[in-house]
Amino acid sequence: MIIKLIFANLRYKWLSTLLSWILLLFGVAIISLLWTLQQQLEHKFDNELKNIDLVVGAKGSPLQLVLSAVYHVDAPTGNINEIEAARLTHNPMIEWSIPLAYGDNYKGYSIVGTTLKYIINENGRLANGRIFQEPMEAVIGSNVKASEGLEIGSTFLGTHGQDEHGHQHKGLPYKVVGILKPAGTMADNLILTDIATVRLIHEHHDIDDKDEDEGKQVETEITALLIKFRSPMGMMTFPRTINQTTNMQAAVPTLEINRLMGLIGIGIDTLQYVALAIMMMAGLSVFISLLNRLKERKYELALLRSLGYSRLQLFLIVISEAMLLSFAGFLSGVAVSRLGLILLNYQSNTNFKFYISVISKGEIILLGITLLIGLVASLIPALTIYWLNISKILSDE
Amino acid sequence: MLAVRNLTYTYDNAVTLRYPDFSCAREETLLITGRSGCGKTTLLHILGGLINNYKGEVCIDDLLISGQSTQLQNRKMGIIFQHSHFIKGLTVRDNILVAVKRDKYKFLPVFSEDLGIAHLLNKFPSQLSQGEKQRVGIARALIGHPMVLLADEPTSSLDDENTDAVLSLLREQATIYHSALIIVSHDDRIKKALNSHIELT
Repeated sequence: MIIKLIFANLRYKWLSTLLSWILLLFGVAIISLLWTLQQQLEHKFDNELKNIDLVVGAKGSPLQLVLSAVYHVDAPTGNINEIEAARLTHNPMIEWSIPLAYGDNYKGYSIVGTTLKYIINENGRLANGRIFQEPMEAVIGSNVKASEGLEIGSTFLGTHGQDEHGHQHKGLPYKVVGILKPAGTMADNLILTDIATVRLIHEHHDIDDKDEDEGKQVETEITALLIKFRSPMGMMTFPRTINQTTNMQAAVPTLEINRLMGLIGIGIDTLQYVALAIMMMAGLSVFISLLNRLKERKYELALLRSLGYSRLQLFLIVISEAMLLSFAGFLSGVAVSRLGLILLNYQSNTNFKFYISVISKGEIILLGITLLIGLVASLIPALTIYWLNISKILSDE
Repeated sequence: MLAVRNLTYTYDNAVTLRYPDFSCAREETLLITGRSGCGKTTLLHILGGLINNYKGEVCIDDLLISGQSTQLQNRKMGIIFQHSHFIKGLTVRDNILVAVKRDKYKFLPVFSEDLGIAHLLNKFPSQLSQGEKQRVGIARALIGHPMVLLADEPTSSLDDENTDAVLSLLREQATIYHSALIIVSHDDRIKKALNSHIELT
């Protein structure tokens, strides 16, 4: 019967219940969505940074270079001379370096010319097939296979640039020879081939459009070089040397990504304050509607007291109403946030997919905050039960 | 069944109400009358356990209830209020059942039949007429099989016909369940119908 009482009260004032619920829902949904996005973006960025100390590429925006060479979410800054780049790699401070040649895509998935070392560095393991050996052979990441349905032996045409609606490289189809297992790294979303293939495509491309790229020595160029140093010491002098003495630029991914996250962070923080304000309003709405009802509720509460319900029972009934509302707001808010993630995944560029969890650590804290708001909002209305003069209330009209 | 001795109650630290000693046995009906403001409702609330800070003795079944918790008293008492109060969000059925534990739910069909409210059980209190509300209030007071049934002006908002009906209903139910019935009223129609009555001054 106590449970019935709680629901009866919520149902009786369904309009204010609805208002409080919706406010709580949106507050929780926005905060949860923002937290998840921020967390996963940071995680994704950091995950790729573990192994790469420096990116060398053509001069331009260092952030663009990092985004394009490490995350394949931006256009390359240009090309660099392969011989010049190779000269850098002889430096004893360098543990390893990986050349990359990219700039084409297939249905939004970047096609990257590189070496076997890149696949190993990205934790790539073959699910079936083999690694590329001949020109025009490609190994595809697990997401590419899943969304495009490519199999071993399938062929496809690359498109110039980052946009899937760009100029298609007709006449030179790629052939899938290997498929990678899901690795949780960039490799999942890439089409990997050797550098010779990318070069072949662009020689062909140049014959195709003779007026473009005149005088460029395509065969001796790569797009970027990923570098790992033997010790952090390398990072101190090496980038400056490159930036000052060559026509290439060196960008430290960690620095660039931190700068980027700092910028995104301001936006996320602001939105979080907005969401928190919405939740506070929800709390206020619960508080006001409970307090408002108290005048007409006091007859009901006094009546229940006269029927033998204890003060504590009634106190718990009022508190439970607010807590139940908070909990419902939290659950539906998290559900809406998940729905938002699914929509984002569905809409977003194929290179970033958000992982959808049942509940995250941050959300458990959020649950605590939501319940606390419900508790605080209902505490004062609930405490008035202890000062009810039952006899007086029941003899009043 | 019910006995009152040396009962006084002071409110606002100034006004003291003194009540005469009286008692009421099982299946007996006692009418308490008096002019407005002489403390009729207060007496009923003392007997019903809604007021605790009184002086004197109130015994039920030869047990002193002075020191006992409100909750315990309420299990022995059924109160019918002058203005029926209801939980607005609950149906008539739940408004009656809210007064008792689950083991007494089985009495509801009998009561609702006897009181002629069986067809109202799924309605909400706001949909009832004054007379219907009064009968639902009586059902709620009776369903716990109280030893003492207290009624505060049960007929004040009813016409002559309904007054007779309610009065006989109360006495009938008190007899069936061996309860003592105490009615507080200034309604002359009740005075005429009952012989034992105390007048408060």
